[in-house]
Amino acid sequence: MSQTVVSLAEELAQELGVDRVLTAAEDLAVYAYDGTAALRQNPACVVFPLTTAEVAFCVQTARRHRAPIVTRGSGTGLSGGSVPMEGALVVCLNRMDRIIELDPRNLTIEVEAGCITQTIDETAGKHGLFYPPDPGSRKISTIGGNVAENSGGLRGLKYGVTRDYVMGLEAVLASGEVVWLGNKCVKDVAGYNLRDLFVGSEGTLGIVTRVLLKLVPLPQARKTMLASYTTLEAAGETVSNIIAAKIIPCTLEFLDQQTIRCVEDFAHVGLPTEAAAVLIMETDGHPHVVAEEAAAMAAIASACGAISVRTAADDAEANKLLSARRAAFSALARVRPTTILEDVTVPRSELAGMVAFIAASAAKHGLQIGTFGHMGDGNLHPTYLTDERNADEMHRVELSLAEIVDRTLAVGGTITGEHGVGLAKKPYLKQQLGDNSYQLLKLVKGALDPDGLLNPGKIFE
Amino acid sequence: MSELNLLKSLDYSVLQQCMHCGMCLPTCPTYDETKFERSSPRGRIRLMREVADGRLDVTETFAEEMSYCLGCLACTTACPAGVDYGTLLENARGEVERRGVIGGPARRLFRWANLSVLFRHPRLMRAVGRSLWLYQKLGVQSALRKLGVMKLLPQQLRVMEAATPTVVAPFSNARIKRIEMPAAPAKYRVALLTGCVQDLLFSPINRATADVLLANGCEVVTPRLQYCCGSLHAHNGELELARDLARKNLDLYDVEKFDAIISNAGGCGSHLKKYAELLHHDSQYHARAVAWDRKVRDVSEWLVEIGCRAPQSAAGGVRVTYDASCHLLHGQKIAAQPLALLKLLPGVDLVPLAESDWCCGSAGVYSITQPEQSAKLLGRKLEHIAATGASVLASGNPGCLMQIENGMRRDPRLAHVRACHPVELLAEAYRREASRIGPGGAE
Ligand SMILES: Cc1cc2nc3c(=O)[nH]c(=O)nc-3n(C[C@H](O)[C@H](O)[C@H](O)COP(=O)(O)OP(=O)(O)OC[C@H]3O[C@@H](n4cnc5c(N)ncnc54)[C@H](O)[C@@H]3O)c2cc1C
Ligand code: SF4
Ligand code: SF4
Repeated sequence: MSQTVVSLAEELAQELGVDRVLTAAEDLAVYAYDGTAALRQNPACVVFPLTTAEVAFCVQTARRHRAPIVTRGSGTGLSGGSVPMEGALVVCLNRMDRIIELDPRNLTIEVEAGCITQTIDETAGKHGLFYPPDPGSRKISTIGGNVAENSGGLRGLKYGVTRDYVMGLEAVLASGEVVWLGNKCVKDVAGYNLRDLFVGSEGTLGIVTRVLLKLVPLPQARKTMLASYTTLEAAGETVSNIIAAKIIPCTLEFLDQQTIRCVEDFAHVGLPTEAAAVLIMETDGHPHVVAEEAAAMAAIASACGAISVRTAADDAEANKLLSARRAAFSALARVRPTTILEDVTVPRSELAGMVAFIAASAAKHGLQIGTFGHMGDGNLHPTYLTDERNADEMHRVELSLAEIVDRTLAVGGTITGEHGVGLAKKPYLKQQLGDNSYQLLKLVKGALDPDGLLNPGKIFE
Repeated sequence: MSELNLLKSLDYSVLQQCMHCGMCLPTCPTYDETKFERSSPRGRIRLMREVADGRLDVTETFAEEMSYCLGCLACTTACPAGVDYGTLLENARGEVERRGVIGGPARRLFRWANLSVLFRHPRLMRAVGRSLWLYQKLGVQSALRKLGVMKLLPQQLRVMEAATPTVVAPFSNARIKRIEMPAAPAKYRVALLTGCVQDLLFSPINRATADVLLANGCEVVTPRLQYCCGSLHAHNGELELARDLARKNLDLYDVEKFDAIISNAGGCGSHLKKYAELLHHDSQYHARAVAWDRKVRDVSEWLVEIGCRAPQSAAGGVRVTYDASCHLLHGQKIAAQPLALLKLLPGVDLVPLAESDWCCGSAGVYSITQPEQSAKLLGRKLEHIAATGASVLASGNPGCLMQIENGMRRDPRLAHVRACHPVELLAEAYRREASRIGPGGAE
């Protein structure tokens, strides 16, 4: 261990106690990764602050030692965002997980950044309220991570993404100063909207320590359906036609056959393993509207060639179906040792073509692929099922990925819908933004973190 | 030495299969306690992989982490990728033992006495059990406890002494005949595994199991002397001893002659169903182990499979709650069957137990090796039991029953609650039925 690391750790331990500062080889090895299995780099030290003041102290200490800082929630990110760089201090916020205030009069909840996403929704539920953003990882992801990635989820179609619920946040800047951005007002146009700048900033502009979130009334009713198809295109067409019929359901999730089989293997919820694709559709709201929309959606699905449309009998069955869907990505790991996941979003009118293109690209390069995604949002997750030990296969994956990215951009899509740029996508960011916008992003980063202390090496090449 | 590394000898893709998604984290009691990544399933698997890759040595910290894991397998139920954590853990612990990184002579002696001697020799075990029973019966234990002699014992032994369960003699060999026939012509022929700990501490459960099987048309064959299934050995990294015991048990039965081999202990059952994997490289035994694995059933699983008969007699107004044993639930994926059996009981009010899928802290020898964490989990379990207001707690594994009973005895809120195996309640209901409807016919 180098001298600076020793003194950095010592200084932190002196203030926070040895129990909250980790430097053992065994510890460093397990903070080397996030949910992107292929990326890995040991940090120099890991620290667990419990208050905003302690976070500020960590930043100031790291600053003095010129150590790069990586903020970490639960490490479920899928773009390598919390994978450290060499010599980094990992500031892990998973112990700052208190609910600070639920305000039923203003429909808000204020929480510490390490609070688990599902806990927030469950707490709101006890008051007849609802926190809609629900990334597949909601059981374990932290709200800080959600804010940093601007996470989407299964209900994004109707309810939007994390950004649409962040009313305010507290952040520790690279200088060690603490700022509050935003407030409980539904309308507020005083100055630049810096709050939104932090949402989706992937830990590169500041460490978010507290978040004030908007809640909505719990919908009175919901209906969850499962439609099965013999072709991928028919599923894509159903989505396009539902949107074109001016129906905005809360969920339209897509799974292809490979994914259906893996998920069924794990969850045993009775998915049709012979179907080429399924859609999980959900509508919620007033009981009358729900009944009407559900009937219309079922009719559209059938008209598009669905071989069956099944409605979940009750909440328990609906929840089972949705949690099975949430396991899709991980379940695909049953097939081959290494899973590499993409996160492309295209305008919804382009969906059917995109799904077909992905399948063709995988076939052309002789690769196994499973595709699932938030189809109602145009957000697809083609996932390569590979083995990282096979260099030739990995090369073919790269070729296919590049093709998919090119096509995505050609049809006006984006290289990431919800997982962020991180390490995984940074080669493509400039391609999407163009020079001017890319430089503008860098200017913002330079203004807020001139020394490049916060999560360096992410987002930008 | 590195060629022998047990983690290296595993198929690497098993280690690789963990794709770091973290879906297992919220189900892990040790991660819940520390919030440290290395005390999580994902972290532990990463550590194992680092060892297999030769990037990390088998250190004391590594060993401690493997020992801190409960082996409750909640992570395997949660893992969508299907990572076989149980096998990984056994091999990691095996590697720790092989390298001898932890433990002074006292730990070694303790392990040797228990795993190598006591649990391998059923006669000796019964003899020790009998003297333990006498010792308890004659009041020596409580006298010694009063004198404070126990404080002189080393810490681990003291914890163990305090938790010494009450031995229940006579043992199964005296309670169950080698072959018992049901009243009506037998529809099935089953072998009954009476276990070792189960036999010492809960032989009435074995009798009840036999009775319930008989009442459901099974001929019950119970060898007089049986061996420990070897689960404790395997879970604690003594894979060779476990193999030895598995072979001994296979020798006892002509598997082909039975419709099922019945276990009534969740922990043992989850190990018994994996003999084929354990004896994978044993050309002489592997085929028999495969046949064996196919026939082993937990008693609740078997009873539901053959359509267990509902008893007619009502116990009346008893509130029962059920705690899922980790190895029954996560190891064997048996969730619904014990509840289905309890629902057959007339007049029983079955109330759900919060966090029934969360470990009680018993976990094999965990209460001895990690007394602090074990006590925390037990406390959490007792809170939930108290909240149900139940007067009976049912669970399908002797280790859990021992741990929970021990905790309830010391908790004034729960001192009156009875802990038992679901089959005991069934057996009692059948017995009541027989005494009421009796030879005379009507009640
Ligand atoms: C099975 C699975 C399903 C998923 N499903 C979805 C999905 O449906 N939708 C979706 O959008 N994502 C999904 N994800 C991705 C991931 O869960 C989200 O990106 C999540 O928000 C990450 O949260 P985390 O707490 O794990 O953050 P981490 O992975 O620890 O960190 C993610 C990034 O945020 C930064 N960060 C973390 N906390 C803070 C903070 N307090 N302040 C500043 N920066 C911070 C980190 O530096 C890093 O760059 C899924 C992941 C998995 C494994
Ligand atoms: S759920 Fe399975 S694949 Fe995911 S981190 Fe845990 S063990 Fe690994
Ligand atoms: S076996 Fe239990 S304690 Fe061990 S890692 Fe899995 S969930 Fe955690």
